[in-house]
Amino acid sequence: MAIAQNQIKARPPTTNAGWLGRLVGAKTKFQIRRALWGYLFALPWILGLIVFWAGPTLASLYFSFTNFEVIGTARWIGLENYVRAFSGDDLFWSSLGRTFTFSIINVPAVVGGALMLAMVLNQKLKGTNIFRTIFFVPHLLPAVAIAVLWTYLMQPRLGPINMMLRDVGVSSPPNWLASASSALYAVTLITIWAGMGGNTMLIFLAGLQGVPQELYEAADMDGASALSKFWNVTIPLLTPTIFLVLVLAIIAALKVFTTAWVATQGGPSYATWFFALHIYTQAFQYFRLGYGSALAWVLAVIILFFTYIQVSSARRWVHYEGG
Amino acid sequence: MAQQTLTQQPTGFGLRVEPGRVLLYLFVIVLAVLFGFPLFWTLMSSLKTPQEMMTFPPPWLPAAPQWVNYARLVQIPRIPVTIWAWNSTIVVVLTTVGVLITASMVAYSFARFEYRGRNLLFLITLSTLMLPEQVTIIPQFVLFYNFGWINTLLPLWVPAWFGGGGFAIFLMRQFMMTLPRDLDEAALIDGAGFFRIFWSILLPLCKPALATLGIITIIDAWGDFLRPLIFLNSPEKFTVSVGLRFFNTAPDVSSEPMAHLIMAACVLSMLPVIIIFFLGQRFFVRGIVMSGIKG
Repeated sequence: MAIAQNQIKARPPTTNAGWLGRLVGAKTKFQIRRALWGYLFALPWILGLIVFWAGPTLASLYFSFTNFEVIGTARWIGLENYVRAFSGDDLFWSSLGRTFTFSIINVPAVVGGALMLAMVLNQKLKGTNIFRTIFFVPHLLPAVAIAVLWTYLMQPRLGPINMMLRDVGVSSPPNWLASASSALYAVTLITIWAGMGGNTMLIFLAGLQGVPQELYEAADMDGASALSKFWNVTIPLLTPTIFLVLVLAIIAALKVFTTAWVATQGGPSYATWFFALHIYTQAFQYFRLGYGSALAWVLAVIILFFTYIQVSSARRWVHYEGG
Repeated sequence: MAQQTLTQQPTGFGLRVEPGRVLLYLFVIVLAVLFGFPLFWTLMSSLKTPQEMMTFPPPWLPAAPQWVNYARLVQIPRIPVTIWAWNSTIVVVLTTVGVLITASMVAYSFARFEYRGRNLLFLITLSTLMLPEQVTIIPQFVLFYNFGWINTLLPLWVPAWFGGGGFAIFLMRQFMMTLPRDLDEAALIDGAGFFRIFWSILLPLCKPALATLGIITIIDAWGDFLRPLIFLNSPEKFTVSVGLRFFNTAPDVSSEPMAHLIMAACVLSMLPVIIIFFLGQRFFVRGIVMSGIKG
């Protein structure tokens, strides 16, 4: 781009370039034709960006400063929505805190678990394909089906989990989703089951297969233990992968919605009332679209903040091969 | 070395005693049971009688598999399962076709054309990936409300025809960048137009990428919950995901117990993605390799 522009400046435009050529950044008749075709092919997305992304993003930012409620017109109320969120909404801080608690358990478990599964699958065991399929499939299933079937598995009396716990001698097994003290952990467990063997595992598996075997052989010759090979060969070479996966896992965890909404509707007594549930109920059950937009922006800023932190800290601990 | 001899032996499983390997096998089998058990239990529950669902302690297997549950499922009053399946099919097919066609068009534009603003446009495309859905969905609701599209399937598939989203475009563009330019340049010299080059030369070469993207799109569209939850509000318009939740929570569907039928509905909602997975297994790993982002 920059080079093309410099070239235009350096040479006077040829006669057939004209204003159109300058507009699209092209010199010859052919280049203009090509540029126009380029715009034409990109046109669906240019329209899509405007109508479904840029427009809504700006609109939502605007709504967040209004008292918009679908019916009636939006009135500008300045920072009132944000002030209310930070100081006048009982569920704001608690749902935010709950979302962080969820993420702090979910992210290490999913990422660490995925790494463990990938390392096991990388051992060239017999039946690796079958194991990989069994670990991977939960991730593909509709999130609603997962939430529904786990409510039955975790059913305190008739569910098989508590049946087995009682069989091995646990006299009062947890009530899982049905009790306020355990529901958050029960939901976390479901999301770990669904997420651990998914793309995260496949990404790690691809990463592990990219680790040169000579490094392990060299470590073997030095008499390195399995643990030492893991810390000094596998982990350093996998850090770009771990970094990528962590960013994706944190973003996904902060947006947790479906499992909690379907399995518990945020209950019992708000025990699984995550931030995305709070946004959803404010915006689409009470139709406080202005306030809901403000909450959505709080989530967006948190997500961007975590992405930024990770990307900017990556240089210090990410090892890129040859770099 | 030990690994190789082990895998070459037809009965190598545990016969050649190597404690580490045996433990590893035990470990992976335990994990597989933990991962597979929920699905096994769901399938078994879907074949139980209502009485077996209420028995304490619950039986592991149905005394006689009640395949009739699946026939019953489509006849429950006010639970129009077949309509949900049909709605989901419409959404999935139209979404996937839209994403495949328009994302590859836009990717072609990014990969092969030079014009002012292209790099900026590509940067914006990537940045949409970071924005949470919650931000854009509220104004989209207002937009579709003004179009009169609420409680129709339109909001679920029409946006897919406008470029298919940042991830789809990125995946297709990365793949097209790997194709040699000589092919389309030769065709250009032979007098082929840009559309011909796109349709007859590049797209056929993109089949692996299209297959990967198609499978990802099908699975995402089939399982999507937030958007249908927001844009649909009457049961006869529901897709499978919102329908299943409705079925699971509707208190007054019927006086008779429904748990075994809810389990059957779960199984049916999972079946299509499992079939798609087995048909297109190899494309998942390929998707990871191609995009470096997700599969």
